[in-house]
Amino acid sequence: MAITEEAPRGPNSHAPAPPTETPPKPAAPRPPDRQPADAKSPDSHPADAKSPDKQPADRKSPNTQPADAQSPHAKAAAAKSLDSKPADAKSPDAKSPDAKPADAKLPDSKSPLVLTLLLLSVVLLQGPIRGALSAPVMQSWMTVFVAVLVQALPFLVLGVLLSAAIAVFVPPSFFARALPSRPALAVPVAGMAGAMLPGCECASVPVAGALVRRGVTPAAALAFLLSAPAINPIVLTATAVAFPRNPEMVLGRFLASLLVSCVMGWLWQRLGRTDWLRTPERSHYEGPSKGAAFWNSVRHDVMHAGGFLVVGAMAAATLKALAPASWLRTAAENPLVAILALAVLAVLLSICSEADAFVAASLTQFSLTAKLAFLVVGPMIDLKLFAMQAGTFGRGFALRFAPATFALAIVGAVLTGAVLL
Amino acid sequence: MNRQAQAAILFLTGAALLHAGLTNLYLRYVKAGLQPLLLASGAILILASLATVWYEWRDRKPKATEAHNHGDDHAHGQEDDHEHTHREPRISWLLVLPLLALILVAPPALGSYSAMRTGTALQQPYGYNKLPATGPLNLTVVDYAGRAVYDHGRSLAGRQIHVTGFVALDHAGAPYLVRMALNCCAADAQPVKIALTGKVPPVLEPDKWLEVTGTYTTQQIKDPVNNGPIPYLKITSAKPVPTPSDPYDESWNQ
Repeated sequence: MAITEEAPRGPNSHAPAPPTETPPKPAAPRPPDRQPADAKSPDSHPADAKSPDKQPADRKSPNTQPADAQSPHAKAAAAKSLDSKPADAKSPDAKSPDAKPADAKLPDSKSPLVLTLLLLSVVLLQGPIRGALSAPVMQSWMTVFVAVLVQALPFLVLGVLLSAAIAVFVPPSFFARALPSRPALAVPVAGMAGAMLPGCECASVPVAGALVRRGVTPAAALAFLLSAPAINPIVLTATAVAFPRNPEMVLGRFLASLLVSCVMGWLWQRLGRTDWLRTPERSHYEGPSKGAAFWNSVRHDVMHAGGFLVVGAMAAATLKALAPASWLRTAAENPLVAILALAVLAVLLSICSEADAFVAASLTQFSLTAKLAFLVVGPMIDLKLFAMQAGTFGRGFALRFAPATFALAIVGAVLTGAVLL
Repeated sequence: MNRQAQAAILFLTGAALLHAGLTNLYLRYVKAGLQPLLLASGAILILASLATVWYEWRDRKPKATEAHNHGDDHAHGQEDDHEHTHREPRISWLLVLPLLALILVAPPALGSYSAMRTGTALQQPYGYNKLPATGPLNLTVVDYAGRAVYDHGRSLAGRQIHVTGFVALDHAGAPYLVRMALNCCAADAQPVKIALTGKVPPVLEPDKWLEVTGTYTTQQIKDPVNNGPIPYLKITSAKPVPTPSDPYDESWNQ
């Protein structure tokens, strides 16, 4: 797609355009034949979905974005120049010689340089750094930190691969077609469909946004948003691996998460107002081709979710290495305090749902019900999810949705725990 | 962070995982069964970084012409979209930390510090394997402690016993022989402890691995952290040994 669109732009490229501060305009040169597909409003989706010609439906899949925006870089350049950082003002020639002209447009094009300098200085200073880290408490902290990451990364990569494959190769219109038209029925179906999106919560937010954009009733999309990170096979497998002696945890997690997400969906259907929900415009899965979109999604999700995973691992390691055993024991002794403590911890730690079971398993002092609360709350609401939901659906939505989810998730976990564990 | 830096971090992270998975380094952090997944994910991360570089390189020319191209006719709605979908995640910089920790520091397996902060995790064994009828017994810390506490030393009395573990000292300086047992990763590792008595070597350094030879004794104490039972072993001799390739006891996984 990108190549065909290059043609009309070729001649213009000779014009001496200002190098940095002009964000490219992606929409204007879009060939007219794509316009209808893109301009479709959400309510027109049934027609689109049923049309025998598969092509338009495919174009409406996340891959449409590259069609109008050309390359991700153009957009990145646009986004960055809007930030108008001091770096923006620098002209290319003011940059260090290793910055290539193409990069000079990006304010963050110095990041390879920063990265190189950072790595170099750490290598040069490794003697003193090792010395500073040789205290037992620091070593223990680092071991747990590295261990959580080494344990979680394979699962993160696996989930990101599958979620990229689904987000790129399964058009969202498929979900719209697959759901019943009655919202009350669509909610549990969408909740169950969450099992088909193997990934962590970072993947489910953009997919849920795409569902809303494609006209899926918000209640169903929200049920999907809440259930997908918790009940998909990867997360359940990780849970089974983390709790080899308590297979009932897997069932408990599945049932409690499904229950809570359906109740939240129905609740939204009854009480939710459309003006609370800012319809998300775009997803980040894009690229000039399916392959590019796939790897773009993999790269983005690994970098993004990986960054949050590091935060979670740091918090978990701090808890393990520093928090006095007596503090955790005190919290663990009172069953109600234990459940609340772990629910709050799940929000604060913001661990990827593919890895949180291992952290929960390490909180050995706590009851299984408290751990279940940790596993049910974590994938539904935590600090990073709140940030992502506010970004995708609007702050007004997130401020109402998050507390309700938190309270319901605890109730659901306690009920399930009382029955099962 | 732009794509080149992201590709570099992806590549280094993948390489670090491959390195850890191909050497015994990974055994310091996770259980042995994770090795295939570690290797596969390392390879995929490297592949993702190569793909990023490849698409970056392929897109460069179109981008260079395009970005210079459109002067002032922008649709602002579009730009807003771009801004929030394309803000490259700053949080990704944090991925440098585990990279440095794994490549430069490679922290050791959990040792005496964690062991003495955590109560002994000894559980009643499901059953006891039959021991050889004669000769010295080679037992793990978990096996010895389980038999000594829950089998009342029936199969141990009067036998010469070899046990390997690392040294940990409590506040009063009393010596323990410890092995950390784990289910998944070091984050859930828990110690199983044996208290040492008899001919304890005069100088004991925490975290040093020892193979002690000794005999069963009925003496027991309670772990001050969680009141768990800790059996004693009466030492006749002890010799330093290198850290085993898998520092953790993974018998709980079977």
